[in-house]
Amino acid sequence: MRAETPTMTTRDDAPALDTVAAAVTRRDFLRVSALAGGGILLASYARPLDAIERLGLPDAALADPTLSAYVRITPDGLVTITAKNPEIGQGIKTMLPMLIAEELDVEWANVRVEQADLDSTRYPSQIAGGSTATPINWLPMRRIGAAGRAMLVSAAAARWDVPANSLDTDKGVVYHRASNRSATYGELASAAASVVPPELASIPLKHPSQFRIIGTRVKTVDSHRIVTGKPLFGIDVTVPGMHYATFVKCPVFGGKVRSANLDAIKAMPGITHAFVVDGLITTPVQGLASGVAIVGKNWWLTQQARKQLAVMWDEGETAQQSSAGFSAKATALFAQQPHRSIRKDGDVTAALAGAATVITAEYRYPFIAHAPLEPQNCTAHVTNGRCEIWTNSQTPEGGRGLVARTLGIDPTQITVHMVRAGGGFGRRLYNDYMAEAAWIAKEAGVPVKLLWTREDDMQHDFYRPGGFHAFKGGLDIDGTLVAFHNHFVSYGEGERFAPSADIGRTEFPAGFVPNLSFDASVMPLGVPTGALRAPRSNALSFAFQGFIDELAIAGGKDPLQFRLDLLNSEMTSATEAGGSPQQRAAGFDAERMRGVLEQLRDVSGWGTGALPKGTGRGVAFYFSHRGYFAEVVQATVSQAGEVKVDKVWAVGDVGSEIINPNHAEQQVQGAVLDGFGQAFGQEITFTGGKTDQGNFHNFPLLRMRQSAPVEVHWRKTAFAPTGIGEPAMPPALPALINAIYMATGKRVRTLPLSNVDLKWA
Amino acid sequence: MPITLQVNGTSRTLDVPAEMPLLWALRDELDLKGTKFGCGISRCGACTVHVNGVAQRSCTMPLSRAAGAEVTTIEGLSPDGMHVVQQAWEELDVAQCGYCQAGQIMAAASLLARNAKPTDADIDSAMNTNVCRCATYLRIRQAIHRAADIRNSMVTPATGGSANKNGSPDAR
Repeated sequence: MRAETPTMTTRDDAPALDTVAAAVTRRDFLRVSALAGGGILLASYARPLDAIERLGLPDAALADPTLSAYVRITPDGLVTITAKNPEIGQGIKTMLPMLIAEELDVEWANVRVEQADLDSTRYPSQIAGGSTATPINWLPMRRIGAAGRAMLVSAAAARWDVPANSLDTDKGVVYHRASNRSATYGELASAAASVVPPELASIPLKHPSQFRIIGTRVKTVDSHRIVTGKPLFGIDVTVPGMHYATFVKCPVFGGKVRSANLDAIKAMPGITHAFVVDGLITTPVQGLASGVAIVGKNWWLTQQARKQLAVMWDEGETAQQSSAGFSAKATALFAQQPHRSIRKDGDVTAALAGAATVITAEYRYPFIAHAPLEPQNCTAHVTNGRCEIWTNSQTPEGGRGLVARTLGIDPTQITVHMVRAGGGFGRRLYNDYMAEAAWIAKEAGVPVKLLWTREDDMQHDFYRPGGFHAFKGGLDIDGTLVAFHNHFVSYGEGERFAPSADIGRTEFPAGFVPNLSFDASVMPLGVPTGALRAPRSNALSFAFQGFIDELAIAGGKDPLQFRLDLLNSEMTSATEAGGSPQQRAAGFDAERMRGVLEQLRDVSGWGTGALPKGTGRGVAFYFSHRGYFAEVVQATVSQAGEVKVDKVWAVGDVGSEIINPNHAEQQVQGAVLDGFGQAFGQEITFTGGKTDQGNFHNFPLLRMRQSAPVEVHWRKTAFAPTGIGEPAMPPALPALINAIYMATGKRVRTLPLSNVDLKWA
Repeated sequence: MPITLQVNGTSRTLDVPAEMPLLWALRDELDLKGTKFGCGISRCGACTVHVNGVAQRSCTMPLSRAAGAEVTTIEGLSPDGMHVVQQAWEELDVAQCGYCQAGQIMAAASLLARNAKPTDADIDSAMNTNVCRCATYLRIRQAIHRAADIRNSMVTPATGGSANKNGSPDAR
């Protein structure tokens, strides 16, 4: 590409890293240092941005360029790029380096990728959550690469004594076409180390038409290591002198150990330590739980000892809670005045009274577990007030803070190594296993690998909370939606919802119906809850997109056209000119969603062709995590009530570029099938404050026979790219439910399907 | 009572309880970490290895039952990581998180060893007990077909994401 290098000076001596840093007083600056043995090390340092440390960050924070990465170029031309974020299967270890390599203008084949440790002085926002990595890093990572390229160009300009803007680059080579000279990045790397780095915020970036890596199907950088079984995952970590730990917590959430037969356990073969952990649990349940730690020379031996463990538990108040109790309480709450109002537009009562058709429905969905295939684990070594820890956490910085509080040491005394995760899905946003491993390692005085069983994992999750929705909808004589009411019965106390058990003001169709009210009531919950892939949306989409389907059918409308019509009726009264989406009546850009739905109608051949009896098509759309997705599911239900998905069409709008179509397609397909897995048989229930399910025999994951082809289409729009880990998931489940209705005439209002009779004749 | 077995072509003797599952002997005694723990009850297939050439769940197989047997793990499937199934897995970039894939690959290799040209139905039948939480099933199925093609020397260009069993038209 053509060099558009900003004015730069070169220096004769290669300055020490600190010298350059001191010379640059801007907020955003690069640091450069020469590598021993030649080459350039390029790093950007940044003030940590508190806003991006959190999930649910405001859009304003996304444009901030003060983010960082490393590039290392050695004289042989090999480019090593550091991947800073946790890899949980979403492909970020491949994608973030792609952004740097693109602007650096190197060949992807010459790039090696290294995983960073946690280092918040260099790498802000080392987090896998909320589909945030793409919007946060889209510009900053590219700027790192562009700055590196500019420095290499500057070094060549100095060497040849020509203006930098007379140079261009291609595939890791700088060219001066006028004199037919060229130099590889490897040849220039040492000299580039003495170039004063450019300002990141104003560095010119490639025009998208110049992209050679972004938009191409790049393979997983760890692919070969995965298929050859190399030790990559948290569970594979081994450190010298390591012992193995089992940690037995109270089956009732928040329960505490009263006493345990520790002497008998210590006498078991291979057991080196057994002790009670009092725990530092907070409300809601989070952090180090009370339990019994069993440490030994082999993990299986600690499990054998566990079979002999006898604990007297103080089960606490949660023992009074059960799924049956929640359900009965919800029914009672539906019969009462709601606790509070979430949103009120127009006059729903009057509009319902004047409606030509009024329909009501009650939807219920269960708690579900994350069940990543790699059970929770963590390896820790605590010595002399210092802690070294290996974790596959999605929020390693949060984990370090939790460990610091748990051990009573300063976070600076904790080294966190980030290890590949065998799935995340939100479970590893919570770092309870880190606190446990650190505490047990400290008490035992040896390095410890803590590993949970599948049962530990399923019975000590931060579950996707269940919920209950009572709907009322009013249609006018033309079948137009004129009134919409939702009473959401959820969990929490007073004004506070339990984590991920909330509802927002802009849940669709809010902003598109003149008379609308959202009310909420809550009941107390002692069970920990949290974010599961597309939190809130993964549950609310079922209820809302299901009931919207009911409204379409009650009004005699085509379900897809009914949705398009709704999207065309955005209320303008509450829309402020130039306001951000947050200020608007609706929670998203209706035009983008219409575009996605219209493309979906076309690519799926919606409404064309007859389907056999027992086969139906359903549609749903959803906006979440900045992404716009609409999906059609075709499903066949046998007369015995067995559901088989035949095919799925998905259309997504996540902005102007699909950075790595290979992984983006995988994320959409995986998210859609994940939704079906939830629909078919996943349900967590509680009895006496304990989880009833424990393993895959009673909490089934989706299997190959239940999967179906998912055709993925993109609608590219002018907006900056956003994330893809979550937004494809929410429409899948309601589209399936809506297809089942078309196939059988049976409306599914409760999940999972294994509890629903779908037989038809 | 020490137990001797062949692991990836090498004779190994272990002095551990006979009822220790093969999985934990492999992982924690022999430091072969490629075989994974997912459920411990033979319900997910992450621990799949070959015992005398047949795919088996190592998480519930006592070590005593593997005495004298030839055990092959993902590390020993091929000397260079170039077994046709591994080639196909890389070519189609099957993995998302990758945690289940060693078990998937071992199950697929076992299938191809007895069925050189499996149909979709054959694949579903053989692979249905191997769970992928990321749901990479579409690519797994495609990669098994591709591995069969490689083995049968009918080396056709990889179809990537073209309109095929994977479902999606190639965007580029």
